[in-house]
Amino acid sequence: MIFVITFLVFVMLASAIFACISIDLLNAVIASGLVSLITAILFYTLQAPDVAMAEASIGAALVTAIFVITIRRTERKE
Amino acid sequence: MRKIIAIILLFILSFAVLSSISKIPFGISKTKVGKYYINNGIEQTGAVNIVTSVVLNYRGMDTLGEVTVLFIGAIGLMAILSTITRKTEKKLTPSSSILSTGCKFLFPFILLFGSYIFLNGHLSPGGGFQGGAIIASAFLLKYLGCYEKRINEKKFKVAESLGGLVFILIGISGLIAGGYFLFNFLPKGTAGTLLSGGIIPIIYIAIGFKVGAEISGIIDNLMEES
Repeated sequence: MIFVITFLVFVMLASAIFACISIDLLNAVIASGLVSLITAILFYTLQAPDVAMAEASIGAALVTAIFVITIRRTERKE
Repeated sequence: MRKIIAIILLFILSFAVLSSISKIPFGISKTKVGKYYINNGIEQTGAVNIVTSVVLNYRGMDTLGEVTVLFIGAIGLMAILSTITRKTEKKLTPSSSILSTGCKFLFPFILLFGSYIFLNGHLSPGGGFQGGAIIASAFLLKYLGCYEKRINEKKFKVAESLGGLVFILIGISGLIAGGYFLFNFLPKGTAGTLLSGGIIPIIYIAIGFKVGAEISGIIDNLMEES
């Protein structure tokens, strides 16, 4: 279990850094959605299912969708 | 030169944060109020899910603040979007029959799941915010899959206003009945059944409607003019 969580934390770190440095904003949005998803899994393993549910539905689904729609209205490259 | 200063500052900051955090043991609560909630929460509020009893009963005022913040955010977005002049409508490519049938099929089930989450907020993990977000994701699926069948924006506004109104009215009637805002004046029932917890299920239904309608309204506003 601890290996899985360590792997997830490293994936989360990598995708967070990628979201910061990426020039294509669509990739950055998807990476930040991945960060939210892994945060939800970590909340669940820390026995906080309420917060995990909110994080998965708002952070991973709705915020990503709203950002994608906003990128469609504006520009894709930074 | 500026980069070197920035790196040095970053090192100092990370050292400060690490040295202060490393002494706190992980996962051990030092506060006494948490134990009080765990020991007395079910008796005093009638809600089995202790998180819910904290969110809506002991800290009900904070929840009202959260709902207000979301409301102000939605209004701000609406105000910004209304100033932008409308572009000529782009012709959207109609979705394929598989996609539109799939989203028509899935839409009521996601709505049902969302309402299950906020109806059982006092029994199982979940609550108004989570259920509302799931309902909003159902509307997002509908807008992505079959955009032609949009929902009238006024219905969102009516649901949102009703949700907020019910929350405030229950709070004020608690003020009249018991002496303070959001007093749990309804009978608490047996803990663990659906009809228990006094005002908690009613407020969670109101919050579920409000949050779902609000986020669906945000998505509706954003998709409308693009």
